[in-house]
Amino acid sequence: MSNPVESLYNIRLLDELAEKKSIIHNVHPLMKVLTTGAYLLVTVSFNKYQLSNMLPLVFYPVIVMSLADIPAIPIFKRVLPALPLITGIGLFNLLYDKSPVLVLPWITIPGGWVSFLSILIKGFLTILAALILIATTGMTKIALALRIMRIPGVFIIQLLLTYRYIAVLLEEAGRIVRAYSLRSAGEKGIKFRDWGPLTGHLLIRSIERAQRVYRSMCCRGFAGEYHTGREKGINTGDILYFAGWSISFLIIRYFNIPAMIGWLMMGVRR
Amino acid sequence: MHMADALLSPAVGGTMWAVTAGVAAYSIKKVQNELDEQKIPLMGVLGAFVFAAQMINFTIPGTGSSGHLGGGTLLAILLGPYAGFLTLASVLVIQALFFADGGLLALGCNIFNLGFYTCFIAYPLIYKLLVHKGYSTGRIFAGSLLAAIIGLQLGAFSVVLQTLFSGITELPFRTFVMLMQPIHLAIGVVEGLITAAVVVFIWKARPEIIEKAASGQTIGSSDIKKVLAGFAVIAIITGGVFSWFASANPDGLEWSMFNTSGKEELEMPGGIHQTLASIQEKIAILPDYSFKSSEQEVDGDAPETEGWPAVNAGTSVSGLAGGAMTLLLAAITGLIIRSIKKREKARAV
Amino acid sequence: MSHHIIQADNLKYKYPDGRQALNGVTFRITHGESVGIVGANGAGKSTLLMHLAGVLFPDEGEIRIGEVPLTRKTLPLIRQRVGMVFQDPDDQLFMTTVYDDVAFGPRNYKLPEEEVEKRVISSLDTVGILHLKDRPPYKLSGGEKRAAAIATVLAMNPDILVMDEPTSSLDPKSRRRLITLLQGFTHTKIIATHDLDMVFELCERTIVLKDGRVITDGPTEKILCDAELMEECGLELPLGLLGCPVCNAKKTI
Ligand SMILES: Nc1ncnc2c1ncn2[C@@H]1O[C@H](COP(=O)(O)OP(=O)(O)OP(=O)(O)O)[C@@H](O)[C@H]1O
Ligand SMILES: [Mg+2]
Repeated sequence: MSNPVESLYNIRLLDELAEKKSIIHNVHPLMKVLTTGAYLLVTVSFNKYQLSNMLPLVFYPVIVMSLADIPAIPIFKRVLPALPLITGIGLFNLLYDKSPVLVLPWITIPGGWVSFLSILIKGFLTILAALILIATTGMTKIALALRIMRIPGVFIIQLLLTYRYIAVLLEEAGRIVRAYSLRSAGEKGIKFRDWGPLTGHLLIRSIERAQRVYRSMCCRGFAGEYHTGREKGINTGDILYFAGWSISFLIIRYFNIPAMIGWLMMGVRR
Repeated sequence: MHMADALLSPAVGGTMWAVTAGVAAYSIKKVQNELDEQKIPLMGVLGAFVFAAQMINFTIPGTGSSGHLGGGTLLAILLGPYAGFLTLASVLVIQALFFADGGLLALGCNIFNLGFYTCFIAYPLIYKLLVHKGYSTGRIFAGSLLAAIIGLQLGAFSVVLQTLFSGITELPFRTFVMLMQPIHLAIGVVEGLITAAVVVFIWKARPEIIEKAASGQTIGSSDIKKVLAGFAVIAIITGGVFSWFASANPDGLEWSMFNTSGKEELEMPGGIHQTLASIQEKIAILPDYSFKSSEQEVDGDAPETEGWPAVNAGTSVSGLAGGAMTLLLAAITGLIIRSIKKREKARAV
Repeated sequence: MSHHIIQADNLKYKYPDGRQALNGVTFRITHGESVGIVGANGAGKSTLLMHLAGVLFPDEGEIRIGEVPLTRKTLPLIRQRVGMVFQDPDDQLFMTTVYDDVAFGPRNYKLPEEEVEKRVISSLDTVGILHLKDRPPYKLSGGEKRAAAIATVLAMNPDILVMDEPTSSLDPKSRRRLITLLQGFTHTKIIATHDLDMVFELCERTIVLKDGRVITDGPTEKILCDAELMEECGLELPLGLLGCPVCNAKKTI
């Protein structure tokens, strides 16, 4: 995500997905935030060798994404850039953890592989959960959830303003970079002596914009406080959504479902 | 570097969330007390600025690589520590949500690592100390450069600690530190140079911006002490609560398919175990045979696996098969839901 | 209705960097008037409007809205009466959806949510973009943004509309739509612009600014047709008044 235009495209895609209508989109944002939190906690609470235990966690993204009509490929693409770092740290487990682990009666692999894989899966699932949350909820409703959680209005309006002006400033940054590269005769990137002026101009313009925004806020009666309207009520369905998922996560956490399935299958197969 | 959910344990992630929430709550109170509502849009727009500026890649002279602006120090210089910390927090919230940077559980860590050290340690103790004798290009440059470097070093060290406490990586402490600190020294120098270049540019073009930000922003040593003390208290309490939780609910290593001891493997809580067993008896064609045979295999192999505890290959195989089956089931579920939805849509048209 | 009279008395304003942007501006605008404020770049139009909306305060002189002098104390009252549409709609649309943006003002005045909703819907409907209410502002076209910005102001139920370059960066069709829209308003309108043709259509009265001073103030036809005066103030005759470049036929007023 190191390109202004691409980042803008990314934000727009997620915004558009959040505007869709579905059962999941209709769930109260607070419940979705809480469900995501529960999912993340359960996911990372698995021990690094519990590779197969956590596989049923896959059901959550699969079901939610299908119900919410979220396309898999563009979302997966957005998960990938975050993985190299996790992979990097995880790779060291391959180096340091060599205790043999039996996979099949005739195959043993170093324990590092298991923990490495489990880190990767955790990474994938946790990132996916965050993207699913924003893609089914949208920033405005997340702010509403925060408001209900009694986060002070100062922080929320500030968060919303940042979000709002990212699109504006990314465009400005994109224009600046484009104008610079057009005049820098095929040179790649930005020269050291231009660092300050280039970013500085963008910064000064941002500060001036902030001043104008402040003025227009004042003209509409802003006095340091942020009032949200319609705090949509939480209904039983919303609570059931959260409760249902939480219970499922706990079941996945405390029972080794794949082992049970496998056990049943072994019986059936032979 | 952004801390990632996958590298965290719930205890460390939760503790850092609580600590960060504490620092943020204190900062919000401070910002509200300043009663400068003009600052609110400024915080918002500058947050967006940091975000946008981070998308600009700067080539590093003499190397082929590129770096980008680091936000914390710059925001502290422009907005003061409290507003700076809050602004950086909202930038990181948006990055975690939209760009999968780090993650939501790691958000507490990331806000702390990137915001706390820059705004509450490096800014008051380095930048302010250097420029408090009076502004000059040299002092501003040195101050912002050093503050950015040291802020990032502390943040990187913090990442090391959080990862190690989480117990996910096998990396020994020393190796990890030797790896992280130099890398982040290099990154910090670049980020520091960019920050310094911007601050100096602003100082020359619009000095009042830099001066105004610093005035009225007296963060006394008592404030720092308060923040640090509060931070310590929250950390101890939440850390304690979480580790109590963790020890009361020991990790279910015994459930692992790759567990080397393999004895407890299928000893699930009584009721379920029995129900499952009875189900299995009913649906399995030759239940006894299947298990005996796989167990016999293991018994036969055991001496050859160099004294490792006898592994129940039956459960190992069944774990693998079950895992594959789980994924398959998940995929099928997804496909079914999607096809039902498609049909509904078609009917609606 | 005397309480809608706007009276500016010898306004002077100097920016912090020393630039004297207003240098003794005096005028009086009565209820229901449409006034165009024209002048070259840097003449002080935007600065003047910001004084009318109470965003800036004069160093010298006074503004009265009705009987109320504009001071920091009377500001909340004045701001409810005077709605200002800024030059760049991106500055005015600072929330994440059009709805929340339009609702921002009424909510600040702590109106009950039903009343807020009523106002949002009716002002979006007035400017013809009700269907865009859940869009984020960055997904609007220039004309839609302008309409949304006007709706944010209308939702405050102002008596006086103050607009800074409302037609800049609009395509001809959006511009036409905006002019028609503004013609329908009965509010007192004060419009700073370089679009002299719009002034011609919309405003019966024109004030010409130059270097922070009022050069002339009078009926639009008289002022905008005065080629010499226009030239002196760095302006041109409105296109509508020039002969057709092809057939040379003059428009009749
Ligand atoms: N924030 C500011 N700080 C300092 N000087 C300013 C500021 N804003 C405007 N000025 C100066 O004040 C004078 C009047 O500016 P103003 O914006 O009112 O002109 P304007 O008539 O609206 O011009 P335009 O047609 O370009 O919008 C100009 O000379 C301008 O340079
Ligand atoms: Mg102007």
